[in-house]
Amino acid sequence: MKHSLSRFLSDYGMIFVLLLLCAFFSVVTNSEQSPTGEAAAKQVISAIQEQFGKTPRVLVAASDRPGDTAFAASIDRELTASGAHVVAIVKGEPKDAREALVKINAAGGKLDAIACTQATGAWLVFSDLKTDFPALGEPRIVTPRGYRWPNFLKPDNLLNIANQIAVIAIVAIGMTMVIVTGGIDLSVGSLLALSAVLAARFIRDFAGGVNATTSGMLLACVAAIVLCGVVGAFSGAMITQFSIPPFIVTLAMMLVGSGVAYILAEGQSIYQIPDSFVWLGRGADFISLPNAVVLMFILYALAHILMSRMKLGRYLYAVGGNGEAARLSGVPVKPVLMFAYIASALLAGLGGVIMASQLKSGSATYGNMYELYVIAAVVVGGTSLSGGEGKMLGTLTGAFTIAVIQNGMNLTNVESYTQKVVLGLVILGAVLVDKLRHAR
Amino acid sequence: MSDAGPLLEMRGIVKSFPGVQALRGVDLSLLAGEVLALLGENGAGKSTLMKVLGGAYHADEGTVTIGGRQTAIHSPQDSRSAGVAVIYQEFNLVPGLTAVENIFLGQEVTRAGFVAQKQERKRAAALFKRLGVEIDLDAPCRRLTTAQRQLVEIAKALAFDARIIVMDEPSAALTSHEVERLFEIIPDLKSQGIGIIYISHRLDEIFTIADRVTVLRDGKNVGERPISQIARNEMIELMVGRELKDEFPARSRRIGAPRLQVSGLRRGRAVRDVSFVVRRGEILALTGLVGAGRTETVRLIFGADPREAGEIRLDGIVLDIRSPQDAIAAGIGLLTEDRKLQGLVLGHSARENFGLPNLTWLSRRGFVQLGSEREHFARFVDQLRIKAPNQEQRAGNLSGGNQQKVVLAKWLARNCDVLMFDEPTRGIDVGAKYEIYLLMNELVLAGKSIVMISSELPEVLGMADRILVMHKGRVTGEIADARRATQEQIMQLAVA
Repeated sequence: MKHSLSRFLSDYGMIFVLLLLCAFFSVVTNSEQSPTGEAAAKQVISAIQEQFGKTPRVLVAASDRPGDTAFAASIDRELTASGAHVVAIVKGEPKDAREALVKINAAGGKLDAIACTQATGAWLVFSDLKTDFPALGEPRIVTPRGYRWPNFLKPDNLLNIANQIAVIAIVAIGMTMVIVTGGIDLSVGSLLALSAVLAARFIRDFAGGVNATTSGMLLACVAAIVLCGVVGAFSGAMITQFSIPPFIVTLAMMLVGSGVAYILAEGQSIYQIPDSFVWLGRGADFISLPNAVVLMFILYALAHILMSRMKLGRYLYAVGGNGEAARLSGVPVKPVLMFAYIASALLAGLGGVIMASQLKSGSATYGNMYELYVIAAVVVGGTSLSGGEGKMLGTLTGAFTIAVIQNGMNLTNVESYTQKVVLGLVILGAVLVDKLRHAR
Repeated sequence: MSDAGPLLEMRGIVKSFPGVQALRGVDLSLLAGEVLALLGENGAGKSTLMKVLGGAYHADEGTVTIGGRQTAIHSPQDSRSAGVAVIYQEFNLVPGLTAVENIFLGQEVTRAGFVAQKQERKRAAALFKRLGVEIDLDAPCRRLTTAQRQLVEIAKALAFDARIIVMDEPSAALTSHEVERLFEIIPDLKSQGIGIIYISHRLDEIFTIADRVTVLRDGKNVGERPISQIARNEMIELMVGRELKDEFPARSRRIGAPRLQVSGLRRGRAVRDVSFVVRRGEILALTGLVGAGRTETVRLIFGADPREAGEIRLDGIVLDIRSPQDAIAAGIGLLTEDRKLQGLVLGHSARENFGLPNLTWLSRRGFVQLGSEREHFARFVDQLRIKAPNQEQRAGNLSGGNQQKVVLAKWLARNCDVLMFDEPTRGIDVGAKYEIYLLMNELVLAGKSIVMISSELPEVLGMADRILVMHKGRVTGEIADARRATQEQIMQLAVA
């Protein structure tokens, strides 16, 4: 039991680094939050009912942002239902509120309370109601109570992190397999762009552009991904049949893939795509998780099972750990390597389709430098570049570590050039920590 | 250097690793101009002791005194500047650099920051002359033979005036002729006042070259004698800690019908028209000098290298073997010569290594049956007495004998009909050797066929039923009854 715990720690030590980072950014971004929408409305309603009974006269003041609109609508509905008189609803700016107050004041109407959000409650127009609008009586400003909560931990922000990293994390699955075999795949960034352009072009040219059907789009995406797989098979064949180092082969395919993507896109971005195409990248059908994120988790679960429980996974590790010993033990080394490069290319293709869906267009500029971020995710996740070891869930942790650092720096207003410096040092630091842990 | 005291004195050396106490207070002394043989089974602590001396490990306790002065050794540099040169089994030469560059690596002769190449060449040439050998000074070391590389290592030691030279299994990769050459050089070194610590499993060599022996067992000294006062049996008993009646266990022979028949095997200059038959229940020894084409022959049968011509039959049926996968599927296993490079994935666990050739039957619908893998491996751990803390131990952390047993286990589990063992006992201690011999006997009794490659003639004579001798890629002779063969007879055929 103790043994398995220490093994778990050594396999997944990066998780603790990730949690520490999350804790750090939570503390740093802890700040006053102003509730909006229905939750804020509920607070204000109960406060008004407590102080003024069932039938007060109320003015509702809100800005025209979506959360505030819901806030205003909710108060109007609830208070009216309980017998209160909602004199007016202001949706907009302080001058709208002034107009409304002037009107009520002129009509000699009284007001008991003004229901505000935190932002509207601070409007200057409400600061001296007694002298400005004496006819109103002495209306009280009622605002929802603020609370402290880290910006980092807001559900929207967490989803944002997951959404931003989904593409890199998915491509990193294939990269992990390749690196475990002792290889490297530099072509994934270019394949991502190629796949996005291919999918967009297929939809524009063959599936009917903006009027494309679901099955048309599906076919276009599958075709784009499969073509990427063909490129991966070509790389794999070069590596296994002619023993060219993977670095060289995939470097060449990186240039070829990127060039072909630019040629096919004719240097432009292709956007003649139906609106429904964004379902994969932006839709959220399952407990408000974005579809791309759900897909990412499913793929990681499958890849984890493959690597830890299946014969093929064992073979991938063996080929990377000692290719000659594996071959002499009857491992079909060449097919195993082919699988790794094809899988990497297919997943890069899938990444391209997701990106095209997120941005609702296909362009050859997508995925620029992604191969390096993907490799960084794999390496930060504890996979050794010399092959033979590494864990799929480690890579997921690595991808999230990078995303959390980027996101945290955005929240704390670190400028983008500094972000690059920090990210570079963090990657180095993560690998260093890993080395020291193993040297012990 | 004073003549009175010993050249090297190690006292009470203690070194422990997590979970293992490798050295428990070992003493060792070496006189100037003496060859001290350091003996012990694998895991007895010889290598650890030498790594402490060489600065690769730092001892927990104990003192090292060199030339009468207590010396703190914290790094290989410390050890080197104290005059100690350790020549490991895996040579520390940069393959792409020439002999001269390797000799002066890290101690280049420079003038104003530039390497004084002419002077280095001159000094290297002088060193090789002193050793009485000729080596191409400009060839990159990867093109030198193993024996030549070893000489470069010795020259390197002399170049920085080493007074103590440690040789770890220097003869393991040498042909018998090359070993003789090495044995001509060692007395020269002795006469120059250099003390040599010589580690070897080959007892014959020890009697030829050593002046004194120190035996370790389980990290402790168990005996120290002048070579003239110890007999071979006594030496073995000291090493294994029990009485050993025979080096080779006896067995009854039940040899049946031909099983593996190869004819006209050919590949380049390494294997030229090799044909032979192995029968059921037979151990066929394939011997000859290193480079005679023995390993190449079994690799062709196993499909590890493509063959240019030749036919392989198993029980009369022609096999189309194009890869190790095909051979394994047909029931042929190969225990490779180099277990670290070819036999094991050192970074993976013993269990995973065991499973590698067996996953085809240990998995169902692509999923590895982990439980059943663990069960089968546990059975072999028991049967072969593999000493490991648990199945998840990294193969690289096991001792040589236990590594070899893991490799054996993986082939035994495969239940091959024909097993080809390439140097099955190389670098393995006496006790483990005996166990492997017992196992080979059991296998042939069960009707399996074994092809054994071995350079150790006593082993060939002790184990084989029939002997094939190879020379320059051809079979130069067959000795049908190994029981009546002699070492001289084999050597005659081997150099023919």
